[in-house]
Amino acid sequence: MATNEMTGAEMVLKALQDQGVDTVFGYPGGAVLPIYDEIFQQEKVEHILVRHEQGATHAAEGYARSTGKCGVVLVTSGPGATNAVTGLTDALLDSIPMVCITGQVPTHLIGSDAFQECDTVGITRPCTKHNYLVKDVNDLARILHEAFYVATHGRPGPVVVDIPKDVQFAKGRYVGPKNIEHKTYRPQVKADQNAIRAAVELIATAKRPILYTGGGVINSGPTASKLLRDFVEMTGIPITSTLMGLGAYPASGKNWLGMLGMHGMYEANMAMHDCDVMICAGARFDDRITGRLNAFSPNSKKIHIDIDPSSINKTVRVDVPVVADVAHALEDMIRVWKAKSVTLDKKALDTWWKQIDGWRAKDCLRYKKNDDVIMPQYAVERLYELTKNENTYITTEVGQHQMWAAQFYRFEEPNRWMTSGGLGTMGYGLPAAVGVQQAHPDALVIDIAGDASVLMTMQEMSTAIQYELPIKIFILNNQYMGMVRQWQQLLHGNRLSHSYTEALPDFVKLAEAYGCVGMRATKPLELDDAIREMIKVKRPVIFDCRVAALANCFPMIPSGKAHNEMILGEDVADEDVGTVIDAKGKMLV
Amino acid sequence: MNAHLQPSGSAYFLDTVKPVAETHALAVIVDNEPGVLARVIGLFSGRGYNIESLTVSETQHEKHVSRITIVTSGTPAVIEQIKNQLGRMVPVHSVADLTVQGNALTRELAMVKVSGTGEKRVEALRLADAFRARVIDAGTSSFIFEITGKTDKVEQFISLMVPLGLVEVARTGVAGITRGADGMKV
Ligand SMILES: Cc1ncc(C[n+]2csc(CCOP(=O)(O)OP(=O)(O)O)c2C)c(N)n1
Ligand SMILES: [Mg+2]
Repeated sequence: MATNEMTGAEMVLKALQDQGVDTVFGYPGGAVLPIYDEIFQQEKVEHILVRHEQGATHAAEGYARSTGKCGVVLVTSGPGATNAVTGLTDALLDSIPMVCITGQVPTHLIGSDAFQECDTVGITRPCTKHNYLVKDVNDLARILHEAFYVATHGRPGPVVVDIPKDVQFAKGRYVGPKNIEHKTYRPQVKADQNAIRAAVELIATAKRPILYTGGGVINSGPTASKLLRDFVEMTGIPITSTLMGLGAYPASGKNWLGMLGMHGMYEANMAMHDCDVMICAGARFDDRITGRLNAFSPNSKKIHIDIDPSSINKTVRVDVPVVADVAHALEDMIRVWKAKSVTLDKKALDTWWKQIDGWRAKDCLRYKKNDDVIMPQYAVERLYELTKNENTYITTEVGQHQMWAAQFYRFEEPNRWMTSGGLGTMGYGLPAAVGVQQAHPDALVIDIAGDASVLMTMQEMSTAIQYELPIKIFILNNQYMGMVRQWQQLLHGNRLSHSYTEALPDFVKLAEAYGCVGMRATKPLELDDAIREMIKVKRPVIFDCRVAALANCFPMIPSGKAHNEMILGEDVADEDVGTVIDAKGKMLV
Repeated sequence: MNAHLQPSGSAYFLDTVKPVAETHALAVIVDNEPGVLARVIGLFSGRGYNIESLTVSETQHEKHVSRITIVTSGTPAVIEQIKNQLGRMVPVHSVADLTVQGNALTRELAMVKVSGTGEKRVEALRLADAFRARVIDAGTSSFIFEITGKTDKVEQFISLMVPLGLVEVARTGVAGITRGADGMKV
C-alpha cells in the first residue's frame, strides 16, 4: 500500500499540517466526528473549542488579521454551518483569508433532508470567495490545498470546503501542497507599467494631493506598510485611511490626517473634498467613506490601486486604474518616481498643508470633559495612554464605542487593529480577541466593547478561560445601543424604540460566573488605577466601564451629505440634534 | 474633473433619471464544476443585474470547460461592473463582450408549435418558408417549426404566428461567437 493512502479525515489533518496551520477554531458534531478523532490523535494542530460557531469564525478572523496568516475553522453540518454564516460574510466583506471546513451528511443522503443536512454550498455561495463540495476522497487533498491558495491569493476571502461524512471515512490518495495553485485562478499582482507611469505623472502635477488608504494595505503585508511610509516620506503627501486601514501609516507620522469617512476627522474629509489628486490604495470607496457620491471630491483626478478589478469604477469613476497588489504598485511607483527625479510643487504643497492645518485647528474630536461621569472618549484616551507602551492589540464590537476607539486609540503598526468594518457585526470583538490572543500569547489583547454587542458572543469568555487566554473586555457601558440611540435622536424624533437595554447583566458578577476577573469603574478619578489593574491581571478580565449614557459620536457626515457638510459636536446643541439630517437623508442607512 | 461621470445621489438614492441601458452579449468561459451556473446566476440576482437570455453547455469535454452566453442590459458602468464581477470569480477563465467586439455573430434557436387548419395553416407554412423555418413535426392540425437566427428575427416570426394559432414556444437563448480566426482564451 502506498504510504500516501489514507482516509479523508487523515487527509484533512495532513493537509492542515502541510499548510503550516497551527490553530483551528471549531466545534464538533456528528458530521465531523472522523476529523475530530484525527485531531485527538495528533499534536501539531491545536484545536480551540469555541462556544458557538460564529465565535470560531471571528476568532479565526482575529487570528488571521493579527498574523497575516489564513484563519481556519472546523464546524459540523447543518446548524454548525449556518452558525458560521455571519463570520463568513464578515470575512468576505473585510477580505480576511479563511478556510472553513464543514461536515456534511454522507453523499448518499444529500438531498434527502437528512438529520442536520443543509445545502451548505448553496447557503454559503454568496458569502464566500469560493466554496467546494467534495464528492470523491481522491479530490479532497487537492481541494484543501486549492482552498488555502484561493483564500490567500488575490483579494483574500473565506473559502468553504464541505466534506460529507463518508468521504471522511473513505480511503484515497493524498497529494501534498507542492505546485497546487488553482487551474486557472491567477490574480494580477503586478501592475501594468503604463498605469504606474501615468499615476506618477499625475501625482507630479498635484498641488493638493492626498493619499486615501484602506485595509488592502494591511492585507498586502508588512512590506506594503513599509513602502507606504517610504512613499509618504518621499513625497510629503498628506495621508488618511479608512477604518480598516488604521496602522498602515503610524498615527504619530507627521503626514497623518486621521481616519476619514462618516465619523472620520474633519481635516481628513475636507482634504478629500478639496484635493486635486487622490491616490486611493487598497480601499474601495465604500459609502461610509464617500458620503454623497455626486459631491464626492468633485475636483480631483483619481488614481485607484486595487487587486480586485471589480472594485475599480464600481461607485466612483477614476482616472488612472492600477490593478495590482498594493506593495507591488508602491514599489513600482517609488522606483519610477526616483528614476524620473519627480518633485512636487513645494510652494503649492506648503499652501495645502497650511489649509489642512486650518481645518485641524477646529479640533474636531473635542468633547466636553466631565468630572463626575466618565466620558466614553476620555475612557479610550486613558486606555490608549496607559497601554501604548505595551505590546497591545485592539479589537472592537460595533457601535459608538467602535468609532471612539478608531478616533481616540492611535495605531502605530499594521495588524494591531481588528474591527468589523464592512459587515458591522456586533459580537465580533470578543471572539476576535480570543483568536488574537491565541496567536500572540504574551500580548495585551483588549476588546473595546459595547454593552449590547458584547452580549452577542459573551459565551466565548468560557473559551478564554479554558485556554487561559487573558483577553481584556473593556466595555464602554452606556446602557444603550448607543449608535442606534444616536440615529433615533438624529432621525426619529428621539423616540428611543428598543435601543435601551432594560435588563443588562451585572458584568462583574458575570465575569465571576465565567471564572474570570470582573472590574468596574464609574468615576473618572478611579479610571486610571482600574485600567492599570486590568493590565496587571494575567487572566481574562471583563471591565465594566460605566460611561455617560447619552454621549453622541461626532464629528459626523450625515447620510446623504458631502464631506464638506460634516457636523461637529460643538455645532449641535442637544435639542437641535433632531434637525440636522433632512428628509432625504432619513431614507438612508 | 470627472464629477459629471459620477452617478448622482448617495449610494442609496435611487436615480430618477437613469442613463440609457444598453444590451450586451457576454461570452464566459468557466470550469464545468458543480454549482458554477448557480454561482453566475447568483451574481446576477444578488447584485441586481438583468439576465435577458442565458445559454450554457460544455464546449470542451476533455478540459471540462463550459461556455456561457449571457445577454444582459444595463448602463455602460453596470455592464463594466458585470464583466469585472464575472472576471474575478474563481472558476471563470475569461469574459468577452461580444457586443463591444462588434464583429460577433449571435444566434438562437426556437421550436414553435402552431395549431390550425385551412387558411391559417397555409399562411403559417408560407411565412415559415419566408423565414427559413423548418417543419420538424407535422400533424393534421399542427406543426412544429424550427427557426434559427438573431433574436429579433425569432421574435418577429413568433409574433406572426400568434394570430395563426401559436400554441407554445421553446427557445434556447442566445449563443454567440466572434468572427475571424481568433478564439477566446480558455
Ligand atoms: C448583529 C448586529 N445586529 C444589529 C446591528 C445594528 N447596530 C449597530 S450599532 C448597534 C448598537 C450597539 O450597541 P453597543 O454594543 O452597546 O455599542 P454603543 O453604540 O452603545 O457603543 C446596533 C444594534 C449590528 N451592527 N449588528
Ligand atoms: Mg452601548
